[in-house]
Amino acid sequence: MAARGGVMGLIVLGSRSRAFVIGGAISAFFLAIALIALVWTPHSVFEMAIEDRMQGPSWDHLLGTDQFGRDLLSMLMVGASNSIGVAVVAVGVGLAFGLPLGGLAAARRGWIDELVMRFNDFAFAFPALLSAVMITAVFGPGGVNSIIAIGIFNVPVFARVTRGGALVLWQREYVLAARMAGRGNARITLEHILPNIASLLIVQGTIQFALGILAEAGLSYLGLGTQPPLPSWGKMLAEAQTMLYLAPQLAILPGLAIMLTVLGLNLLGDGLRDLLDPRLRQAR
Amino acid sequence: MSVFLAKRALALVATLLIASLAIFLVLEVLPGDPALIVLGTGAQDDTLAALRRQMGLDRPMLERYLVWIADLLRGTLGESYTYGRPVADLIGERVLVSLPLAVMAILLSTAIALPLGVASAARHGRLSDTAIMGFVQLGVAVPNFWFAMLLILLFAVNLGWVPAGGFAGWEEGAGSALLSLLLPAIALALPQAAILARVTRSSVLEVMREDYVRTARAKGLTRGQALWRHGVRNALIPVVTIMGLQFSFLLAGTIIIENVFYLPGLGRLIFQAIAQRDLVVVKDLVVLLAATVILVNFLVDLSYAALDPRLRLGNGG
Repeated sequence: MAARGGVMGLIVLGSRSRAFVIGGAISAFFLAIALIALVWTPHSVFEMAIEDRMQGPSWDHLLGTDQFGRDLLSMLMVGASNSIGVAVVAVGVGLAFGLPLGGLAAARRGWIDELVMRFNDFAFAFPALLSAVMITAVFGPGGVNSIIAIGIFNVPVFARVTRGGALVLWQREYVLAARMAGRGNARITLEHILPNIASLLIVQGTIQFALGILAEAGLSYLGLGTQPPLPSWGKMLAEAQTMLYLAPQLAILPGLAIMLTVLGLNLLGDGLRDLLDPRLRQAR
Repeated sequence: MSVFLAKRALALVATLLIASLAIFLVLEVLPGDPALIVLGTGAQDDTLAALRRQMGLDRPMLERYLVWIADLLRGTLGESYTYGRPVADLIGERVLVSLPLAVMAILLSTAIALPLGVASAARHGRLSDTAIMGFVQLGVAVPNFWFAMLLILLFAVNLGWVPAGGFAGWEEGAGSALLSLLLPAIALALPQAAILARVTRSSVLEVMREDYVRTARAKGLTRGQALWRHGVRNALIPVVTIMGLQFSFLLAGTIIIENVFYLPGLGRLIFQAIAQRDLVVVKDLVVLLAATVILVNFLVDLSYAALDPRLRLGNGG
C-alpha cells in the first residue's frame, strides 16, 4: 500500500502506472491553480474595463480579456476553485451518507439492506441535473444548492460501492473470527471492513469527483449553479456562446479547462485502481 | 421466472411510489406555500387565495397527493399558469422533439461504440487499441454542451452547413427537422459512445478469457470466430445494463443540449418552467422523467435476466 511507504513509496508505485503519473500531474496542476486563486489572481475578477474588452493575449492579460474587459486567466483560476470546491464537497456529502448506509446494509442484511437498496434504485432515477432542477425550482439557483444536488446523487453511488465491497468481506474468516470474539457490527466495520474497502472508495471518489466537475459545469452553464458576478467555467461558456461569431476564442479555454481537469481525474482514478488492486489491471 | 417477475414488479411499484412521494414533498410541502413561490412575495392576498384554491392547496396534503397520483394514472395532468394550457398538451408537443433526439443519440452512440469496443478488444494491447482508448478518455472528459458549442462553431458558424440552433418543425418536412436535430444528437451521443465503447471492450476481453471460449478455440475455431460466436453475445450483458443506466444521463443531457441549440423539447420546457416558477409543470415533468428512468431500468433488469438465465434464480442483490 502506498500509504505505508510514504512519499517515496508513492513515487515508486507511480512509476509503474503511466495513467497515475499523467493523471496525477494534471490533477495536481489544477488543484494548485484552484488553491492559488483563493489568495491571489493577476487581476480582480470583478474589475471591468470596457475599453479593454475582448483583447488577445498580452503581457498584462496573458490569456486576453472577455466582453467586459475582465482578465480571462483570473476568471479561469477562480473558476477552478469554484468547480473543484463544489465537486470536493459533493463527494464528501456522498461519502458522509453513502458510507454508513452501505456499511449498515452489508452488516445487517435483511430488511435494512432491502430498504437501502430500494432507496438506491429510487435515487438513481434522479440524475444530478434533475434533482438540481427540483431544488432550484423551490430554493432558487446557487452554489450551495448545486452542491446539495450533486451530493445527493453521490450518496447512492457510495452506498452501493460500500455495500458491494463489504458484503464479500463479511464472509471472510477473519471477520467471522472477530465476530466470535464478541466484536459488534460497528467495531468490525471500522476495524476490518473499512480499511479493506478504502481503495475501492478512493477510486470511486476520484470518478465521482470528475463527474462532479462536469455536473457543476452543466449546472452553472444553465444558470442554476454558481451565480454571477462570481465566475465559473460553465457560466463563462454560457456567456461565450452568445458571442460565438464575434469571439470564438472565449468559448475554447473554459471548455479546455473542464476537459483537462476531468481527464486528469479519470486517469488518476484508473491509475489508482491499477496500483491499489493489481488483479483488476488485466481485466481492463 | 414468475416469482422473479413478481418480485421485480413489486419493487418497481414501490420505487415509483417513493419517487412520486419525494417529488411531491420537495415541490409542494417543503416550500411552505407553493402559491407564494409562483406569484412572488409581492402578490395580492386575494390573488394568492385564488391560486391556492386553483392548485388545491386548501385541501389536506394526503388528499392532494392521492388526487395527483390518481390523475397521473388516468393521464390527466395539471394546467400550466404561464402557458394557460394543460401540461399534457405541452408535453405532447415537446416530446416530438425530445424523443427523436434521444433515439438518434442512442442509435448514434451504439453504432459508434460497439464496433469500436469490439475492435479495440480484438486488437488488445496494440496501437489501434491504445488509440481507441485515448479517444474514449477524451470522450468521457468532454462536457457535452461544450462539444455542442464546438460543433456549432465548426459546422454552423464556419462552414454554414447546418443551422446554429432552433427547430424547423416537422411540418416543414422530415429532412430539415432531422437536420436541425443532427448536431444535438451528435453532441449527446459522443460521451455516451465513449463510455459504452469502454464497457464493450472490457466486457469482450473478460469473456474471451472464459473457459468456453478456450474450448471453442480448442475445437478449431479461429480467434475471430470464437470472438463473434461466443464472445460478443455474452459480452452484451453488461453493455445492455450500462445502456440502461445511460438513459438517465441522456435525459439529463437533453436538458442542457436542448438549451444549447434552443430546441423546443422537454428539457427546455422544464428549464423554462423553473425560470417562470411554474411548479405544476415542473412537478408533472419531473415525475414523468423519473418514472421513465425507473421503467427503463426495470426493463434492463428483465432483459438482463433474459440474456443470462442464471440471474433469474436471483440472489436478491
